[in-house]
Amino acid sequence: MSSGGNNNTKAAARVDAARRVAIFGGTHGNEMSGVTLVNLWVQNGAEIQRKGVEIKPFIANPKAVEKCVRYVDTDLNRAFTQENLSATGDDELPYEVQRAQEINRMFGPKGSAGAYDVIFDLHNTTSNMGCTLILESSKDAFNLQMMNYIKKAFAPASCLVLLNEHPLLKYSTSRSVAKHPVGLEVGPQPQGVLRSNIFEAMRVILKHALDFIELFNEGMEFPACTVEVFWVLERMDYPRDANGNIIAMVHPNLQDCDWEPLNPGDPMFQTFDGKSIHYQGSSTVYPTFINEAAYYEKQQAFVTTRRETLVASAVRKA
Amino acid sequence: MESAAVPPLSSVAICGGTHGNELTGVYIVKEMQKQKTDKVGSVSITTVVTNPRALDAGTRYTEMDLNRCFTDVLLSSPVTESSPYELRRAQELNAQLGPKGSAEAVDLLIDLHNTTANMGLCLIFYSIDWITLHIYKHIQNKMSSVPVRAIQLDIPISDAYSLESVGKHGFAIEVGPQPNGVLRADIFNMVKEAVDLTLAWLQEFNSGRSYEGGTVEAYTLVRSVDYPRDSAGKITAAIHQDLQDNDFKLLRSGDPIFQKFSGETLKYDGEDLYPFFVNECAYYEKKIAFHLAQRKTFSFPSICVKKD
Repeated sequence: MSSGGNNNTKAAARVDAARRVAIFGGTHGNEMSGVTLVNLWVQNGAEIQRKGVEIKPFIANPKAVEKCVRYVDTDLNRAFTQENLSATGDDELPYEVQRAQEINRMFGPKGSAGAYDVIFDLHNTTSNMGCTLILESSKDAFNLQMMNYIKKAFAPASCLVLLNEHPLLKYSTSRSVAKHPVGLEVGPQPQGVLRSNIFEAMRVILKHALDFIELFNEGMEFPACTVEVFWVLERMDYPRDANGNIIAMVHPNLQDCDWEPLNPGDPMFQTFDGKSIHYQGSSTVYPTFINEAAYYEKQQAFVTTRRETLVASAVRKA
Repeated sequence: MESAAVPPLSSVAICGGTHGNELTGVYIVKEMQKQKTDKVGSVSITTVVTNPRALDAGTRYTEMDLNRCFTDVLLSSPVTESSPYELRRAQELNAQLGPKGSAEAVDLLIDLHNTTANMGLCLIFYSIDWITLHIYKHIQNKMSSVPVRAIQLDIPISDAYSLESVGKHGFAIEVGPQPNGVLRADIFNMVKEAVDLTLAWLQEFNSGRSYEGGTVEAYTLVRSVDYPRDSAGKITAAIHQDLQDNDFKLLRSGDPIFQKFSGETLKYDGEDLYPFFVNECAYYEKKIAFHLAQRKTFSFPSICVKKD
């Protein structure tokens, strides 16, 4: 019996074709790239058509978009918990909880066989994260292969992958309604502002993502590959006083340095009277979401990650 | 130019949070309050968070833009409990720091702002005032970490709508780029330096030091340009990449200014002017994509404190 043989002889994992895809903009109403792209595509969807798949552009939080705010009552991108999705009370429920239930009906139900195959959720950040794809599961071979495809197509420009698979820090996103949730996070861009370079980058990334889906649906096999990810470790809050007020700012040496190593002893915060506070961790971490405007109220100055290389099995349409 | 003698400036107001989501000024003021900074040598200091409701809400304003409420007409208009919060607040601030145009007004009012535009550090003022020009020159000479510029709004004081017009002398310090709701340490440090330099200058001035005159360049607003919009009023283009972040870089006819979502480039057609407030978040609703300015040279005389 011959042993060995290379990995290419192992059968590809069979994954259902992606027949129903949604593109969400305005999950946060003041993140303008997604709002603008989706509005454009609702008016004229030619650019996002692909053979063999229905692609629906959708404004997730229209009331927040109308007011150009992140949310009206509560953060829609934290609202898709099982508790919220099964809550009763209709009009008494916070707007975003009602909206989450509606989205779950339209694109879910979350966790069921009838849910949409893929949801792309378009976001901006005030952090200097560049182009980032956000993954929720290290075991989703379809998503990993898509991200590998996008990274290669987008190169030499950089597109990194953030993996938010953490028992405590993972949150219930609007995209989590689908079988394969994909977050697109592009920054830096202020809330309420539309920057041309950020808009175009997001547009190109989405183009590559839809190309992947079309190729996949046509039967192309994607061989086993590795994908470098930044795996979320912990949330770091600002130093605060007894009343909860911040007493320091992200240090100038850390500001804008998303994805760069933060070593023990490196400056992390600067107090208002000029003193430095240093990182006390025991090993080097890779911070991201550094100084995101929306996270002051969520007690997060930045999040730390570790670099890891995931192996994605070969995939092919079932 | 003949030397000028000006009475001492003994009262200064430092204001932050006039727009509740422009955080640098808020934290500069809060830190001064925490340190109980109410006097620096001969200069007494009042610190105010001017729009606390907007600050709590994390918004620019709650009902109307506070920094448009300081015209003579609005300051004297009758208000009731049901008048917009910012209108009532403006009249409160006028009573506290003014009244505008009277002998009781603070000698100098500095209002701290941020912009999402790449403007570096700008002093914004109405009248050509020797004190303001000297302070501008001083800050420009001493600060090397950021470009320091001046913007003059050629509007009579009675029509001046912003908070700094309440003081006998006044200017806004506008620093960017910083997103709304974000506090950057580098920007905080710059603004603190500018405020400290101003207070140090005032002390020296009050104690009799004379300052030599000279010339400075300042930008004066000519007009504004809106985004192209569709029939429903929605914008159909973004600021072009060549213009984005290029505040104060001369704009000439034929230069790209907008990139339509359809891909088309729109070009500037007009006289050579300097753009500023390029892609300021708060100006989308005011129908301004960017302002255009001329650059002028202003002369100012030597100055020293007037001794009684």
